[in-house]
Amino acid sequence: MQSVQYAAPTTLAQATQALQGASDAKILAGGTDLLVQMKLGIREPGLIVDIKRIPELTAFTLGEHGLHLGAALTSAILHDDAQVRARYPGFMEALGLIGSSQVQGRCSAGGNLCNASPAADSVPALIVNRAVCNILGPAGERSVAVEAFTTGPGKNCLGSGEILVSIDLPLPAPRSSDAYLRFIPRTEMDIAVAGAAVALTLDAAGVCTAARVAIGAVAPTALLVPAAAEALIGTALDDTALANAAAAASAAASPITDKRGTAEYRKKVVGVLVRRAALIAKARIEADS
Amino acid sequence: MLSEVLRNNLNLTGTKEGCNTGDCGACSVLLDGALVCACLVLAVEAQDRSIETIEGVAKDGKLHPIQQKLLEHAGLQCGICTPGIVIASRALLEKNPDPTESEVRYWLAGNLCRCTGYDKIIRAVMDAGATMRGE
Ligand SMILES: Cc1cc2nc3c(=O)[nH]c(=O)nc-3n(C[C@H](O)[C@H](O)[C@H](O)COP(=O)(O)OP(=O)(O)OC[C@H]3O[C@@H](n4cnc5c(N)ncnc54)[C@H](O)[C@@H]3O)c2cc1C
Ligand code: FES
Ligand code: FES
Repeated sequence: MQSVQYAAPTTLAQATQALQGASDAKILAGGTDLLVQMKLGIREPGLIVDIKRIPELTAFTLGEHGLHLGAALTSAILHDDAQVRARYPGFMEALGLIGSSQVQGRCSAGGNLCNASPAADSVPALIVNRAVCNILGPAGERSVAVEAFTTGPGKNCLGSGEILVSIDLPLPAPRSSDAYLRFIPRTEMDIAVAGAAVALTLDAAGVCTAARVAIGAVAPTALLVPAAAEALIGTALDDTALANAAAAASAAASPITDKRGTAEYRKKVVGVLVRRAALIAKARIEADS
Repeated sequence: MLSEVLRNNLNLTGTKEGCNTGDCGACSVLLDGALVCACLVLAVEAQDRSIETIEGVAKDGKLHPIQQKLLEHAGLQCGICTPGIVIASRALLEKNPDPTESEVRYWLAGNLCRCTGYDKIIRAVMDAGATMRGE
């Protein structure tokens, strides 16, 4: 590794100032992507700006407007909150799948999102939860829907000097729940071959009144699949509706073939995951009511 | 990296280095109480933070129940993975004193062992949990 400058600002203003002064700066959250990439020589920043000493970046609140999540908060801390786990079970299971207990002690949802791997586990779950990314940069603040945040493999919409400050997940409506499933060849510690998140709202008769479906690892970025959601809305999630949603997800996928699986296989698997995730979300709503 | 400073500058060589990329868990330490891989922490990030390593686990010459049970169950052979296993399983038992076998296995999924085949480690951790609960 080359010699690198390190800054640990304690306010957002200091952080944006540090970033503006250096063209080759990189933000450090948990470092579970960045430090690995630096060791592999993929990234050689001249300045590392550690954002974990900025209080609002590592805080979270759960209230009537939903979950307000500091971008650098570690998964382990969020996971210890039973109310957050109960409100967003699918998002929390997606976040909980990242790496090991040790990785969880460091990694953040913000880092997972900013790193922009097509297989990033938390992103489909953020998408179905209608998450909004709050960004601060030299030109001020702006907010972006999470499905528009990632723009390609390893690419996101942040401009130079911009920081992802927080992520807002609105509070789910009554009789709503979510689920995330990924397929990996092992049971732990692997990168998704395909992933699917589903969020549902059911009425008292069990008819689906709202749905969001998102898929991961089967396209350059995680994708919202409105056609899959439409196949579920207005149904009681019968076999035909689930098969239609699965087919819509498979049709939306444009995966690559690599050592983890062929494109054809991934298209098929992602549909299966959508169907199963929908059934899990449904079972969660039924268990709660 | 924190792992290098612990081992090379502070001579605390109980923390091991395996992969150096966050995959094996041999370098597990607690940073402000959070279980982390010391190979994925910049040493400078640890400034003013508390760090607990394997060297602090046995107290007054007395082994921690997890260490004792790993010996009794033959849960180690070469021992390279062992400090990381002790640190990680102690963190689990403090949070969840009565974990199921599958909770122990998932929690330790980031601690690779090339020697034992894991079963003896898992049994030792379950047994240490029972001892710590006074059973
Ligand atoms: C052993 C291991 C297993 C893993 N398994 C998985 C897995 O199963 N699934 C998965 O999805 N990922 C996995 N990962 C990848 C990684 O852990 C996750 O992507 C993690 O969420 C990254 O978060 P971080 O806080 O560590 O990010 P960092 O490494 O700190 O940052 C990642 C990138 O985002 C940028 N960044 C971070 N925060 C911000 C911000 N607030 N504003 C602007 N830019 C920012 C950084 O500059 C960097 O480029 C694994 C990693 C390891 C080492
Ligand atoms: S040496 Fe740190 S995880 Fe392997
Ligand atoms: S005892 Fe040798 S690696 Fe675990």
